[in-house]
Amino acid sequence: MSKMTREMLNARRIQAKMAADAHTRTVLICAGTGCIAGGSLKIYDYLKTECEKRGISVLVNLMDDETQCAGHAINMKKSGCHGFCEMGPLLQIEPEGYLYTHVKIEDCDEIIEKTIIGGEVIERLLYTLDGVSYAKHNDIPFYRQQHRVVLENCGTTDAEDMDEYLAKDGYAAFEKALFEMTDEQICREIMDSGLRGRGGGGFPAGRKWDSVRKQPKGKKYVVCNGDEGDPGAFMDRSIMEGNPHSVIEGMLIAACAAGSDEGYIYVRAEYPLAVTRLKIAIAKAEEAGLLGDNILGTDFSFHLHVNRGAGAFVCGEGSALTASIEGKRGMPRVKPPRTVEHGLWAQPTVLNNVETFSAVPLIVRKGAAWFRSIGTENSPGTKAFALTGNVVNTGLIEVPMGTTLREVIFDIGGGIKDGKKFKAVQIGGPSGGCLTEEHLDLPMDFDSLKKLGAMIGSGGLVVMDEDTCMVEVARFFMHFTQNESCGKCVPCREGTRRMLEILERIVANEGTLEDLDLLEELSATITETALCGLGQSACKPVQSTLKYFRNEYLAHVVDKHCPHCNGRKKELQIDPTLCKGCGKCKRQCPMEAIEGQIRMPHTIDTTKCIKCGACWGSCPFGAIREE
Amino acid sequence: MVTLTIDRKTVTVPEGTTILEAARSINQEIPTLCYLKGVNEIGACRICIVEVEGYERLVPSCDNVVSEGMVVYTNSPRVREARRVNLRLLLSQHDTKCTQCTRSGNCTLQDLCNDYNLLGDHYIKDLRPTPDDFSTPVVRLENRCIKCMRCIQICDKVQDMNIWDLIGTGSRTTVGVAGHRTLAESDCTFCGQCVTHCPVGGLQEHDDTGKVFDALADPNKITVVQVAPAVRAAWAEHYRLDPKFATAERMVTGLKHMGFDYVFDTNFTADLTIMEEGSEFVERFAHKERYAWPMFTSCCPGWVRFVKGQMPKYTANLSSAKSPQQMFGAVAKSYFAEKLGVDPHRIFVVSIMPCTSKKSEAALPTMNDVCGDPDVDVVLTTREMVRMFRGEQVNPATLPETPFDSPLGTGTGAAVIFGATGGVMDAALRSAYYLVTGSNPDADAFTNVRGMDGWKEATFSIPGAGDVRVAVASGLGNTRRLMNAIDAGEVEYDFVEIMACPGGCAGGGGQPIHDGKEMAESRGDVLWGLDKNAAIRFSHENPDVLALYSEFLKAPLSSKAHHLLHTDHEGWKMPNQK
Amino acid sequence: MSNGISMERVDQIIDSYGSKRHHLIAIMQDIQAEYKYLSPEVLERIAEKLHIGVAKVYSVATFYENFSLEAKGKYIIKVCDGTACHVRKSQPIYNAIREYLNLEGKQKTSANGLFTLETVACLGACGLAPVVTINDQVHSKMTPESMIDLLKQLEKEDAANE
Repeated sequence: MSKMTREMLNARRIQAKMAADAHTRTVLICAGTGCIAGGSLKIYDYLKTECEKRGISVLVNLMDDETQCAGHAINMKKSGCHGFCEMGPLLQIEPEGYLYTHVKIEDCDEIIEKTIIGGEVIERLLYTLDGVSYAKHNDIPFYRQQHRVVLENCGTTDAEDMDEYLAKDGYAAFEKALFEMTDEQICREIMDSGLRGRGGGGFPAGRKWDSVRKQPKGKKYVVCNGDEGDPGAFMDRSIMEGNPHSVIEGMLIAACAAGSDEGYIYVRAEYPLAVTRLKIAIAKAEEAGLLGDNILGTDFSFHLHVNRGAGAFVCGEGSALTASIEGKRGMPRVKPPRTVEHGLWAQPTVLNNVETFSAVPLIVRKGAAWFRSIGTENSPGTKAFALTGNVVNTGLIEVPMGTTLREVIFDIGGGIKDGKKFKAVQIGGPSGGCLTEEHLDLPMDFDSLKKLGAMIGSGGLVVMDEDTCMVEVARFFMHFTQNESCGKCVPCREGTRRMLEILERIVANEGTLEDLDLLEELSATITETALCGLGQSACKPVQSTLKYFRNEYLAHVVDKHCPHCNGRKKELQIDPTLCKGCGKCKRQCPMEAIEGQIRMPHTIDTTKCIKCGACWGSCPFGAIREE
Repeated sequence: MVTLTIDRKTVTVPEGTTILEAARSINQEIPTLCYLKGVNEIGACRICIVEVEGYERLVPSCDNVVSEGMVVYTNSPRVREARRVNLRLLLSQHDTKCTQCTRSGNCTLQDLCNDYNLLGDHYIKDLRPTPDDFSTPVVRLENRCIKCMRCIQICDKVQDMNIWDLIGTGSRTTVGVAGHRTLAESDCTFCGQCVTHCPVGGLQEHDDTGKVFDALADPNKITVVQVAPAVRAAWAEHYRLDPKFATAERMVTGLKHMGFDYVFDTNFTADLTIMEEGSEFVERFAHKERYAWPMFTSCCPGWVRFVKGQMPKYTANLSSAKSPQQMFGAVAKSYFAEKLGVDPHRIFVVSIMPCTSKKSEAALPTMNDVCGDPDVDVVLTTREMVRMFRGEQVNPATLPETPFDSPLGTGTGAAVIFGATGGVMDAALRSAYYLVTGSNPDADAFTNVRGMDGWKEATFSIPGAGDVRVAVASGLGNTRRLMNAIDAGEVEYDFVEIMACPGGCAGGGGQPIHDGKEMAESRGDVLWGLDKNAAIRFSHENPDVLALYSEFLKAPLSSKAHHLLHTDHEGWKMPNQK
Repeated sequence: MSNGISMERVDQIIDSYGSKRHHLIAIMQDIQAEYKYLSPEVLERIAEKLHIGVAKVYSVATFYENFSLEAKGKYIIKVCDGTACHVRKSQPIYNAIREYLNLEGKQKTSANGLFTLETVACLGACGLAPVVTINDQVHSKMTPESMIDLLKQLEKEDAANE
């Protein structure tokens, strides 16, 4: 294989751009995990075969066959995640920019006839909201209010086709870093941009790189944290699946800056597609001479490996992650020494997460000033959030830092499902806290959230409506954390378990007021003395719910009755003398265990009932009783 | 140098000093639990936390180094409260039946809980229903373990055996050898270093004191006890007696008080071992081509288990001589039984050892050469003997001295140093020199093999035999390094002494426990001192050993000696040997 | 071997990683991908070939949630209990499966050896909550009823293949 030079890379990029411009019609089928689960790959195959049957040549790769480009060919590709997973499978048709939702195989023939050939829109496949249908992707409120920078290419390019990435100026930033900038200049640029690590704490990335750069020469590593463990977060997955080359390019630039020649991407075990796409991307980059020895004819070499996690939340912590790459138990170690001095295999290591690396090429290409023009003074740039829970539009979004919760939940998210009232939002997963009504107009950035005892974390936003029991939410997160504790330090190993026991007691209406004191005492010590970030933030959900929803704890402890959940897990029955047969409970029941004619007393089938208490909270007449 | 303030006192310490060490340098104690200097510095227990001005959180003092101008409070209300909570959390998974624990009164957790005045229960008791396994000399008690990981680290870093590790995560985290194996099925050498480094009673020796009490009470049994060299340097530590006062002879009085019919000294058979092993070496050295080299000592059962389990091809290199403990049992039930004119089945041999592995050695199927019964019936550790003393209300401070009984109670200076690393080699060389040249060397001619270095080597010239290249290692981590070097052909020796425990038997796994303190060196010094002042310092001059040969065994390596004093190391298997 | 694990294949996998210690996790993942669990013999063999204590191997295997030390069913059902799925009622689905498969106490695998039921912290498909995977294939927006239908269908398919 002949060595790729800078000139050759540029020539290939120009060709790719020409090919991209030449395509008049492009069909993008979302091949993110969500849409694949909805059958998007079958739709892709069907469309492809059917088009070919009708004599339309289908180009799968951008540079498939240049001679055909001008004719009737269409470019059909599997794109990364569009973010609007709720509406999947999604299909986007260019140049018109139509976005079809909930596409089924049965719709395909019509799509080919009307839209692909005729350029005509099919109304019933469009997204509708409040009676308005939106033909174009960019008009949909969910997208209109977003500012997609890092995720921009996710829904529009084929992750497995490197030429598409090149056509969008891919690897141009790396080229600039490699040929036109010194290591110091790269670090300076990243520092000037104010880019802060997107994985949790928000440590300035440029300072981290510079620390590694200043370490004595020798083996250094660049490690990408793709162990997105927060339940309720999936932006890193979407980037790895939808735009893997941006991660690779970001890591290459970091390697140039820090003087490293080897890197690892550590991906959660639950993301097999991300692993596949990354491996394909790495293979293509290696083939193109962008990874390996003497990259683009220079002395710079960089070898990149993918490690699969094996299901341990704590491996998102830096020293645990490096231990895991070394084949050990992923247990955090005491710091200092910090990872920049003593990281993977005790060598200086740059460790950032996927979203952070993915932002790097944009910063290098467009400049620090451009990045600073987005977001807030101390938290520049955009942030991806995974919006989930009781919200109308769930999915992956990207907004400038400093956007308020209200904009995110109500404008982009479309408000609370089923017309319910907003109660709280859990931000930052099990390590974050909950925010309430009073915080809706607060700009979200690293520092403002930290002040409130919450944190951006990796960016999971779980919205909870008025029916949610916040004590149960706290119990849920504590259950998660104690299960994921690595078992090393006493406060986390034993403390989170004891916290859980107390919370379980309270949820079951068996707690006492002293238990609330115990929770506070334990929270304080665990927060003050736990060894790593997981333990130090383990009590945030409890602390914040105790602060904002103490009355719900009191309902469990003093009243022994929570309006939102059936804590005691006793059998439930409907009092026929009180039941008016309104049917509210029947609609709430997740098990379809309630039967009854309208305006007639309803009954609960105790064999189906799981005693979740959903009916209890919904009954306006107090007809549901414990046996 | 760095200057900081600890509890309003100014202190200047070298750069890189931990807060803990800095505080201790001005006699401000900070409590620790998991910390073991140089071995376990993982900051897991969160007891040694202190408050540092300007730090949001409390800081573990064991692994944070001082910085200029730092202001530290070691006992602020915040610190005290956090320590109390963390101690209570530990107690939630700790079986607090202190009255039923061998470590009561010598337990760091118990001390701390008392110090911090933790009264009452606060959290749910979360004990595991798993039954404990009492089938091995080393016993792990699940519900006493505080998961400090010292055992794991000692076994990994010092002994390089990697027997223990964590199992599971979260509050289910525990320590074990792997779920599908028991300790008995593992490669464990039973060195007991995990036991002596456990801060609580999570690991202990298998308690055999009951069997001894029963034997003492049985009128048909003639109870004979032997005491290993290293025991005399440590036995009275519990009573905080000066080693100069706490002589072996005072211990003899205590054992007599308990009712042993005969109190003998393993030193006697240590001298006998030198006669056999020394003769074996001289024989092998004279016919080099017939044997595998180097020749290894075989008196440490932890080491023998190491060879067989880890590098079985070197089993043939072990001296075939039994250990002094086993020689004693064989001699007691043959020669001594004959002298008494009794049936050897009536003789009940107890040994007091600084060792846990000796329990497994006595139980080997190959160690019953006299009458079919085990040559040694029960092995007690030093700690168990002290527990028996306590139970019998023996107060060593008030005891007079009594000499060991005759004839198996006579030992030389060369025997008593068996208890310190290098001692066996030193003693063997003294007699080998004599066996080859017919005259004694200077008893202090072989000092190069003494001392606390983990791997020592020296070459001695014996006129008529040539240069003898020797090596001495203690601690199994050092042993593995040495063995790998031999295996790789990087080093060549003629005679190698190995002791599984760092510092030799003085630091043995059956010795009294002092949390955070290594005692091997000071106890070894006591033994070297005894040798220095001994009237006889050569094994081949032990009059009772010479009498044993002339009356019974005839000569070293005779067929009778072979039958009783030598063993086939291939006669039993380690669990991993197919 | 009676448990269907070929030690030659295990050796091949270990060798494909150059018997390097730091590949321990990847080696166990590959072996588990083929046999769905790690038997004691497999753990012993890995320890032997990587020259590490078996306690270390076992320790790592019990640290990571994904490793199973027990044999598993043909279909591995994972019910997501991440926040989003939990809020959208994944627990009833889990309960329905347990009931359908007659799983009692700590039992995870159905008596006929066909199904193993597990929960998983978060599959990252929160937009599709509640989510269940069967042999890593994602099924979105499940209900207890659709779940049971799916199980019945798999049983039928399996019976047809026999």
